[in-house]
Amino acid sequence: MISKREKELIAEIWESLTPVAEDIGSDALLRMFASFPGTKTYFSHLDISPGSSHLRSHGKKIVLAIAEGAKDISQLTVSLAPLQTLHAYQLRIDPTNFKLFSQCILVTLACHMGEDFTPIAHAAMDKYLSAFAAVLAEKYR
Amino acid sequence: MVKWTDKERSTINAVWDKVDIDEIGPQVLARVLIVYPWTERYFGSFGDIFTVTAVLNNPKVAAHGKVVLKELGKAVKNMDNIKGTYASLSQLHNEKLHVDPDSFRLLADCITISVACKLRSALDPQVQATWQKFLSAVVEAMSSQYY
Ligand code: HEM
Ligand code: HEM
Repeated sequence: MISKREKELIAEIWESLTPVAEDIGSDALLRMFASFPGTKTYFSHLDISPGSSHLRSHGKKIVLAIAEGAKDISQLTVSLAPLQTLHAYQLRIDPTNFKLFSQCILVTLACHMGEDFTPIAHAAMDKYLSAFAAVLAEKYR
Repeated sequence: MVKWTDKERSTINAVWDKVDIDEIGPQVLARVLIVYPWTERYFGSFGDIFTVTAVLNNPKVAAHGKVVLKELGKAVKNMDNIKGTYASLSQLHNEKLHVDPDSFRLLADCITISVACKLRSALDPQVQATWQKFLSAVVEAMSSQYY
């Protein structure tokens, strides 16, 4: 369960990251590719080298999607329906990858926010990203 | 057994050199208890650990966090025999403490986050990958005596 205070904190953090969405998103992706090289297989049609325009624009899309979802967490199943369909039916990403990516997003936030990524923020964000991943994985079977 | 390149060895040592056990240790255990509250079940003797404030102010949590991180230093010093280094500790966590080995991974993730908050841009994607490879070897070693 994500409390009201946590929802506010999550929305606040993602709103503050929107202006640097490209940086945050591409950093999180590079972390996923470096730590879990198997995830690169899904992106073989794109140039995912550091700083590339594909990487940056994809990173930005991801962060904006997460920030948008954070505005109303109780409505995730509705707001994520298109992404759910895309990941489950078209891309067919093995759902274990969502967990790996979530962990990389957390590390990105910790590096970016430093001491401000408190245990409270960490706990709230872990819950939110798990909820987000669960929704993305819901339609698989 | 994991084989390490020279580059990996120096990366892991460089990260470890920047870790202040007395600072990071308490933070790591506090994060485990706050982010994954079901891990409270093992620490019945620690007194009040049932709210965020209580966890952050509990001297036993802080002290035990230092014990765990100090222990991690042994793996840094014995990178070619992490499994052997932790054999008896793994046995203790299994047979005496009854710790679910899945929680070793949760602890490892919290170590990475605490280190990231401290090192910031120095923990770049490549360094993170190497550091996590090291922690995976620790997790595997801590799980090795569960049959
Ligand atoms: C929190 C988790 C995730 C979020 C928020 C997310 C978000 C997105 C978004 C917003 C898009 C663009 C959709 C569009 O263009 O309409 C997308 C596409 C895509 N996602 Fe995800 N995603 C997540 C996890 C993953 C994971 C774990 C993988 C694979 C390891 C993955 C692989 C892809 C691929 C291959 C595309 C298509 C890229 C392209 O061809 O442009 N996603 N995702
Ligand atoms: C990298 C992983 C870990 C290492 C290196 C580690 C290390 C240690 C060490 C050195 C001790 C002291 C042993 C002694 O007194 O002889 C200990 C005790 C203990 N550990 Fe772990 N530990 C790890 C993970 C965990 C996890 C994930 C949990 C549970 C969530 C856990 C629960 C405990 C408990 C309950 C004790 C006894 C504490 C007491 O009563 O003082 N450990 N650990």
